[in-house]
Amino acid sequence: MPPAIVAEGLMKKFGDVKALDGMELSVPEGTVFGLLGPNGAGKTTTVRILTTLLTPDAGYATVAGFDVVRDARELRGRIGASGQYAAVDDHLTAAENLEMVGRLYHLGIKRSRRRARELLERFDLVEAGDRPVQGFSGGMRRRLDLAGALVADPPVLFLDEPTTGLDPRARVSLWEVVAELVASGTTVLLTTQYMEEADRLADRIAVVDHGRVIALGTADQLKEQVGGDRIELSLTSAADLEITRRILAPLAVGEPQVDPAAFRVTVPVTGGAAALTTALGHLAAERVTVRDAGLRRPTLDDVFLTLTGHEAATLAGTTKKIKENAR
Amino acid sequence: MSTLQMVIADSVTITKRNALKIRRAPDLLGGVVMLPIVFVLLFTYVFGSMISLPGMSYGEYLLPGIFVLTIVTSAQITGYTLTQDLQKGIFDRFRTLPMSPSAVLTGQTLSDLITNLTSIVTMAVVGLLVGWRINGSLWEAIGGFLLLLLFAYAFSWVTATVALALRTPEVFNNVATLVSFPLVFLSNAFVDSARLPGPLRPIADWNPVSTMVQAARELFGNTSAALPVPDAWPLQHAVPVSVLWSVLLLVVFVPLATRLYKKSVSR
Repeated sequence: MPPAIVAEGLMKKFGDVKALDGMELSVPEGTVFGLLGPNGAGKTTTVRILTTLLTPDAGYATVAGFDVVRDARELRGRIGASGQYAAVDDHLTAAENLEMVGRLYHLGIKRSRRRARELLERFDLVEAGDRPVQGFSGGMRRRLDLAGALVADPPVLFLDEPTTGLDPRARVSLWEVVAELVASGTTVLLTTQYMEEADRLADRIAVVDHGRVIALGTADQLKEQVGGDRIELSLTSAADLEITRRILAPLAVGEPQVDPAAFRVTVPVTGGAAALTTALGHLAAERVTVRDAGLRRPTLDDVFLTLTGHEAATLAGTTKKIKENAR
Repeated sequence: MSTLQMVIADSVTITKRNALKIRRAPDLLGGVVMLPIVFVLLFTYVFGSMISLPGMSYGEYLLPGIFVLTIVTSAQITGYTLTQDLQKGIFDRFRTLPMSPSAVLTGQTLSDLITNLTSIVTMAVVGLLVGWRINGSLWEAIGGFLLLLLFAYAFSWVTATVALALRTPEVFNNVATLVSFPLVFLSNAFVDSARLPGPLRPIADWNPVSTMVQAARELFGNTSAALPVPDAWPLQHAVPVSVLWSVLLLVVFVPLATRLYKKSVSR
């Protein structure tokens, strides 16, 4: 089966800012592909090109077998897109919003109406369905926007940071909806800043930085690459830092990081709790006093630090500029 | 579905959407119904009690001017709605749908036509209540209303173009106010342009708003032999020139707005 989404060598510049610099993707049909990266990495630009909103400066891409530039018109009937800014009409009711989208997909009056009702039910919006969207919460708006993307039952769905800005409960409920969709065979391309989200939803993840893919694999593979977990140790004296680093180096996947100001040592490990027990055993044997010890999952920052040598947060500055240009 | 069928069907969908929006939004509805009523009453009673014209009442002279004033000011609603849609990403959603791209603007301007019709009917009724009269034939009066609607439709496209070029609601509102007031007040809408001082007079004479107002006065029969039409060519041929102006605005601004719309979403 040919891949549902293919992108090769995509380039896009906004003024002087290179938003995409050779973006490559290949997403098999019926799978979820996560684009993981900080703000300004080029995720949204990639989605905008794949959904025909932007044309690339160079490179090419196909979605569901259609060229995103040449066959834009035909392609639009086969994709659904839901963005970070829920594009719903405040003065219209939820049902009217969905019906309008149905009409614009040319489903006809009856089918548009029926489809709107089905989707309201599925997205738990029946009660609010006939109220203007104005009074909706952020989570409800996002669900409605996603429902709008599904009106024509598209085989390929694009979700651009679907849960950014949502509270934890709304986030989990949106995840459940996406999981159901995937179970029914839809191909999904999802962008996110959250490792946890990519982990939970995506079959394969591409880590994106500076407009290109810097790492690719399943969530587990990526975590292996950056070390599955992090042991974080707070010590009582600076003198112990170096000893600790030396003792724990053999356990580490990659290099332990030392933060002298906070008396903290962070060690990427595999093997979870067992690794923590081993580490504490070694330290006790060497009489190192540990004030606090913990095991945590890698964050996007860890992935970045490991893969690029710079922290995700430092990219935030360049983001604003790109976003402004992209608007 | 053929391309033409698609353009029509999608335009109808967007028109309906905008009409629903105006019905639900009190601020927009105020602009369509309340503002015209306030304009008619305010100008008729405030200026009407101060200004007297030879051969006719000022109130009668004034109403065609208020029709055009309302058309120009309420066109700001078009621009405001468009800039908001642009900001909120609604155009992005439209652009990912297999709909006709030109339907967004035709739908918008068609719904403006409906709101303009509502405003004009409201003003005419209130005007008749406070002393405005149609002195010409019925056919001429119908022609007058149709001409006002044509002008309003053309003006919607001008506003759409400006809105898409400026992109944000705040900037658009400032610019629109800054342009629309001189456009209406530097005309014969409220005063006889023949009595304006030197440099302002040719501006007022050649202002398309003046031509439109003069045409409406002629078609509604709100003229007086004691108040001669200025010599300027467009005012001497006000009805055909108003049609010409409207067509010209459409020819220039329909393609311009359409191009800006396509560009506005591909950034």
